[in-house]
Formats: sequence, C-alpha cells, structure tokens
Amino acid sequence: MTTQNSKVRLATVWFGGCAGCHMSFLDIDERLIDAVGLVDIVYSPVADIKKFPDNVDVTLVEGAVCNSDNLREARELREKSKLVISFGDCAVTGNVPSMRNRLDVKNMISELYAAGPGAAPPGDVDVMPVLLDKVLPLHQVIPVDLYLPGCPPDPERIWTALTTLLKGEPLDLPPEMRSFG
Amino acid sequence: MAQTIHIEPVTRIEGHAKITVHLDDAGQVDDVKFHVVEFRGFEKFCVGRTFPEMPGITMRICGICPVSHMLASAKACDVIQGTKVPATAQKLRRLINHAQYTQSHALSFFHLSAPDLMLGMESDPATRNVVGLILANPDLGRKAIRLRQFGQDIIRMVTGKSVHPAWATPGGVREPLVQSQVDEIKARLPEAFETVEIAVNWLLDNYSKFEREVATYGDFPSLYIGLVTPEGGLEHYDGLLRVMDADGRLLEKGLANERWREIIDEAVEPWSYLKFPYYKPLGYGNGNGSVPGLYRVGPLARLNICDFAGTPRADRELRNFRRLGKEGKPVTSSFHHHYARLIEILFSLERIEELVNDPTIMDTHLRSYGGVNELYGVGIMEAPRGTLFHEYQVDETGILTGVNLLVATGNNNLAMNKTITQIAKAYMSGNKITEGLCNRVEHGIRLYDPCLSCSTHAVGQMPMQIQVFDARGALVEEKLRG
Repeated sequence: MTTQNSKVRLATVWFGGCAGCHMSFLDIDERLIDAVGLVDIVYSPVADIKKFPDNVDVTLVEGAVCNSDNLREARELREKSKLVISFGDCAVTGNVPSMRNRLDVKNMISELYAAGPGAAPPGDVDVMPVLLDKVLPLHQVIPVDLYLPGCPPDPERIWTALTTLLKGEPLDLPPEMRSFG
Repeated sequence: MAQTIHIEPVTRIEGHAKITVHLDDAGQVDDVKFHVVEFRGFEKFCVGRTFPEMPGITMRICGICPVSHMLASAKACDVIQGTKVPATAQKLRRLINHAQYTQSHALSFFHLSAPDLMLGMESDPATRNVVGLILANPDLGRKAIRLRQFGQDIIRMVTGKSVHPAWATPGGVREPLVQSQVDEIKARLPEAFETVEIAVNWLLDNYSKFEREVATYGDFPSLYIGLVTPEGGLEHYDGLLRVMDADGRLLEKGLANERWREIIDEAVEPWSYLKFPYYKPLGYGNGNGSVPGLYRVGPLARLNICDFAGTPRADRELRNFRRLGKEGKPVTSSFHHHYARLIEILFSLERIEELVNDPTIMDTHLRSYGGVNELYGVGIMEAPRGTLFHEYQVDETGILTGVNLLVATGNNNLAMNKTITQIAKAYMSGNKITEGLCNRVEHGIRLYDPCLSCSTHAVGQMPMQIQVFDARGALVEEKLRG
C-alpha cells in the first residue's frame, strides 16, 4: 500500500469461501504492525486497488474456484505472481464449497430461486459470472507453489510461513502445522 | 443516451460484489444495482446430512461471524432435540456472542470504515485502508487491533479456536470456562472500554463534518426488524421478533420465532444471487421503484426498535443516539450505523463484564443429551449485521430433509440498493465517474457491513466493481481502480 521497492510485494485474494482465512490472517494481531514494515500489501479485499498489479512476489489465495470470475482471476494472478500459495482448506481441497459438486447446478438454482416473485439469476451474464459445474481446488486450475492448510490456518501457522518466506528461506512446516480442519 | 457505470470489485466489504450505475437518456442517475455474484448452495447440499453436523457446517458460511451461524444452528438443533440447554451453557453462548460483536463491529468500524472517515472519502486509494490508518495514527491503529483481538481471544479461550471452533452442539456446549480465563478477561476489559470511548468521542466530535453524508447515505423512511427481550430491551442471542414502522409504531411487538414466515417473504431478481426479503404484510410491490415492505436490520434497526439497552453505558449513549431521529421518530440515516455499532460494542463489553462476574459461569454441567424429538426447528439470532434465521426439517432419524437460511445481510439487500442509488444521485454530475464517487457508493455498502460470505451461503459473495450502462443496456464505461 506504500511503494518502497525493497519491501516484499504481497497480494491476498479470496474466491469461493468464507473469509475466515483472511480473519485468521488479521488474528496475527499486533504483528500486523511489524508486517506493515516488511511487506507492501499491493492487492487485497481490505484495500482499494481494483486491478491485480504486475510483479507481485507472493499471492495468498483463499477459497475454491467456483465461477468464471474466479477462473479468470486465478489465471491472471498466476501470470503476475512469483509465488502462489493455496491459503486454507478451500483453496487446497475445495472443502465446504465443493460439497455442492454432487448436485446439478442448474437444478439447484432453479429450485432455490423458484418460489419468490421475480426471475431467477443469473439473468445477465455480462455482470453475473457463470457458475462452474464443479467447484475446484486452486491447483486444478493453475500451478501452485505452496500449500497452507487449515480451516482456517492458525495465525501462528500464517506467521511462521510469512516470516520464513520473508527471510527468503524454503518453507518446511512442522507436521503439526500441516493439518486440515 | 442512457448508460451504466460498473464498480468492480467492491472493496473493504466482507465478500464479492459488483455495482452498476444506470443512467437515463439525459445522462442522470436512474438506478444503481448491487450485484452479489457468488453462489455456494448450502441450503441444498446440507439436505441428507444429520442435524448435529449443522453447527459445524453452517459456521463455514462465514469466517467473520461464524459464532452467529454456529449458535443460530445450535438453537435450531436444540429445538429438534427438545431438551433443556443448561443455564451455564446459555451464558457461555452469550459470552462468545458478545465477544464476536466486539471483534466484528471493531473490524467494521476501524479496519474497513475508519479509513474513509478519518483519512477522507475521496482521499488517495493507495493509502485509504487499514495500513494507511496505522501509518497515520499508530497509537489508534494499535488500539483498534487490540480491541478486535480482545473479542477474538475470548472466543479462542472459551472454544479453542477464534474462527470455526467445534464447540456448540445440540443441547449445549462442549468446553467450560476456567478461573484463569475469567481473570484474564476481567483484566483486559478496561482497555477495551477505553478504546471504544475514544472512537465514540472522535465520531461525536466530527459529526458536523459529515452533514452531507448523513443526509444522503441511505436517509429514508423504512421498516425496522429485529429481536428484543420479552421486556423490550436490546437483545442479540434469543428474543422475540419486533417490527417497527417509519413513524416508530410497532407493527409486531413481540412475535414468537416460529411464526417468522408470517412476516417475511423473499423475492428474487435475475441480477443478483442474493434474494430480496421484504415484510410480507406490506408486499414487494411491482418490483420497480419503491418496495412497500422494505425493511432494515442490524445495529441501526436494533437501536430503533428496542425500548432500552439494559446496561448503564449503552443506555446513556442510546439516549444520545435517539436525538438523531427527527421529531422523536426512528433514526433514518444509515450513516448512523457507525455510531450504532460503537454503542453495541459498549453494550457487549458491559454484558461480558456481567457474565464473567457471575460465579456460575464456571459451572461444568454444559450439555443435555437426546435424540430426535421434533421434526422442525428454527433458530433466530441477531448476528452483528442483523437478524439471522436457520430453519431445519428432519425425518425421524435426524436426517435433514429441508434447510432454509435467511442471513443478516440478505435482509438489508433492498435497503443497500436504495442507499447506493441515493448516494450516486447526490454525488454524480454528468456521466463521468470519479474514483472518489465510486468510493462514496462503496461506503454506502460498507455502512451495512455486509457479510457477503454469509449472503452467498445460498447466494453469492462480493469485492466491488462499478459499470455504467446506457438506456439500451450497452456497456459504456467500466471503472477498475488501481
């Protein structure tokens, strides 16, 4: 959000999910103030930059790939990021959003929106993204460099990963930090 | 030629969304639409699962207010199980709910909205965020982080995890509170009170700077819906449904929860996955222009409908808040959500103080057991953003046959659309959209602190995007900032 060239350029993105991984990121609490000194947050749902920037060092992706917007943005961020991290169980496995995969999307929407007055979405595909038939984990759509599991990943896990990467060291999480759920 | 302006993605809101501004033939703002673009389908894919799984699954609807979903779900499950929830379990549920209000309202006020309020609605977008706030005022930034942390830490102490804890269950909760935790909460309360007081004072001192925002950021008459205690007090966990009209008359004084379908119905529109709930007795109208049954929920509505807060500091602020209404009528401007949210943090902290000073809070009888004793259960809560409904049907073995969720943000869908239309009409001149205008329109959404994660349970998720369309529906301009 400031522009010093020496800082690591960090982006965070959310796709189909619950924002819980981003909340867990905020749960590093006062260490956020330390982080502000080490990284530039160049793109994030908590900031106002609307277009994914070029030359991003690290991108954290929360959520599963659910619709055509997610798909387009995933490809774009891959092109513009050195390191892409699947951030949390939804990005890593599809998790809860993929529970709809056993159901037919069209039937589901027509049933859910049939009752009320008005016409069912998505009426105008220019504005409304098309839902994918199956919700996908991120690595089925683009190559992923690192996986940070957890529903959500614990703040300690996030801080460990972040500080290791900032030091330029390879990330090798201890077994207790590799769990799901 | 009429046009449409797009704002995408909408940022500093909790989810994924786009906004389109529709211009008429004269180039004036005709309508503004808020599109929730994500869909997840919880109501369908939960059918066929067992009901005790629901608190764990449905809290994954939202990582910001997982406690609301967990508890609304547990309450619906309590009804199905038909056993009495032990008193201390109820108190612990209330404790973490107040803790959640603290963290969620702190997030909304400090992390998401204060950059607009304190740095300027039309200030540089590169620094108009929580980092910019920390750099501009490090002391306040740290206090804001610590207030949110206090709420999250209480949830973690009680349940083991700050986000998505496996804790509430049909008939009660799983873990007790212990003495060291009670001591820690007590020790940290004074700092939390102090931070809220700083924010309240700042807002009251600066209200005069926001006169135009107060008049145009969603200032319109509407109905207000929410829970109150049986005595009419402010309530967040368990109460009766109250409906107030624009003049402050009570259309429903205290409706039993299971009768909620008599007062609320949902319309659908092709341009959003978020449904459009309305007050059923007054209807949806013809879908164009004003909806007679439009209502608001959330902090503003709750402070309007209650007769009193029930705690000393919150009641003092509530008397002050009421003066913002015209001629003794309800407070109508959605801009006042900010103040309402701060008052509710005070209320939550006072309730937390009461609960940790209650010696029975550490009792260890926390759960009652049973099978399937009812085939239908509804659980209604006040989530930080407004009234939240979980409604389940099960068969004799406890397998879900029907799931219906009406989330807080969904209730405000009509009001959010009306608010951003009002802002765009007030601030837009000609068909040129400036970055500052986009941010004002987005602030209109932020006022409702929409949890788009929640809204997209069945229904979408929202960052924001603004597009301009002409009268024939052709895309004229797309605004992507950065």
